[in-house]
Amino acid sequence: MARAKRLCAALLLAGTLAGCATSGGNPADPLEPLNRAVFRFNDAVDGAVIKPVAKGYRSVVPGILRTGISNFFSNLEDVWISVNDVLQGKFQRGFEDFTRVLFNSTFGIAGVFDFASDLGLQKHNEDFGQTLGWWGVGSGAYLVLPILGPSTVRDGFGLVLDTQADLVFRIDGVPVHNTLYATRGISNRANLLDASSVIEQAALDKYTFVREAWLQRRRNLVHDGDPPREREEPDDEPTK
Amino acid sequence: MAMKIPFYALFALLIPLAHAQQPVAPDVLVKSITEEVVAILKQDKDIQAGDTKKAADLIETKIVPHFNFNRMTRIAMGRNWRLASPEQQKVLAEEFKTLLVRTYSTALSNYRDQQIDYKPLRAKPEDTEVSVRSEVKQSGSSQPVAIDYEMEKTPNGWKVYDVKVGGVSLVTTYRDTFASEIRERGVDGLIKSLAAKNRQPERSKGGKA
Repeated sequence: MARAKRLCAALLLAGTLAGCATSGGNPADPLEPLNRAVFRFNDAVDGAVIKPVAKGYRSVVPGILRTGISNFFSNLEDVWISVNDVLQGKFQRGFEDFTRVLFNSTFGIAGVFDFASDLGLQKHNEDFGQTLGWWGVGSGAYLVLPILGPSTVRDGFGLVLDTQADLVFRIDGVPVHNTLYATRGISNRANLLDASSVIEQAALDKYTFVREAWLQRRRNLVHDGDPPREREEPDDEPTK
Repeated sequence: MAMKIPFYALFALLIPLAHAQQPVAPDVLVKSITEEVVAILKQDKDIQAGDTKKAADLIETKIVPHFNFNRMTRIAMGRNWRLASPEQQKVLAEEFKTLLVRTYSTALSNYRDQQIDYKPLRAKPEDTEVSVRSEVKQSGSSQPVAIDYEMEKTPNGWKVYDVKVGGVSLVTTYRDTFASEIRERGVDGLIKSLAAKNRQPERSKGGKA
């Protein structure tokens, strides 16, 4: 709980700072100088430690086993996902996601096999930040959290609850707990190796590229893949 | 001499006309191009091994003709498009195209066995703008990634003007970068940055070269 309180305090502080900081570029990112510093730090840690370990993991552990590990953690997540479905009034989805947990935990042997997807029960993506967004809470200032990466004030608060509800977090016994945390982190990073190589190639400025992509992604997730259309070409005129 | 032209050669002249009148439906077009490219990728060991040059050639011949890079650049530039002279606009569109092709070739060289599903097209016959929606199932992840192609009808058939991956628009993601470059260094500064980025060696498979 102490950790949760500290994170809350930091987020409140960030929110207050956001209120008085002068905006340079994107109005959604009033804390850009601070965020850039954290982003550089994260990038350095990633390049020095996390990415090399994830690459090693991908080259040493066979694909089938990696999928099993990824599925195991994904199944644990589905519990909290189904709770968030219900909190957003999406009872049908909540039922589906809970059924996923039941199927995969039993027939899928503790979630190692994702049987439910083969049966047509598609996995959904929900968390508490999205639940807040669904009920109309704006995302607030963009934040780059140390190690955890891109977020916003709203999603940061969501993350406090997500962490409390995290089943891995609930497991007693520090060594087991930490091993599971590390494995999940490496497994998630390994799944993103291809995506991050594309970003390296695509971005002129990696910071702004990741920020824009992240904000669009969250907006899309809050609206379950169907966000209201934005005007795409301001001041556009037909050209020949 | 004119008599020696074979009769069937006349049909060759008619084909482009027929094509202009009856463009291939947008979803059919996306599906057929994707299937063709995927079939080549599955056979090509060089691209699988990370040969981005070869992937870029594949994109240039099979995919580029179906994209409207001018419009993509206009969207990414937003209101700054008017600040650029026609000459600058031409160079910008060319450099942006190169960057997108190189990015796409990096993505293609990462390609492994993936299953692609297409959702039914939600469009009226008279529509001139549609989104073709697809889902890619990746191994190792149970959640499919949505890939949407935003397309417009032109006299030369349907053209893609944006690609959205998981709801993230490839084109508008550049908007802030472009705007801040222009704010700090002007349109020519942006052109220089794009050109410099395009001169960098391509990244090999899986990350930093």
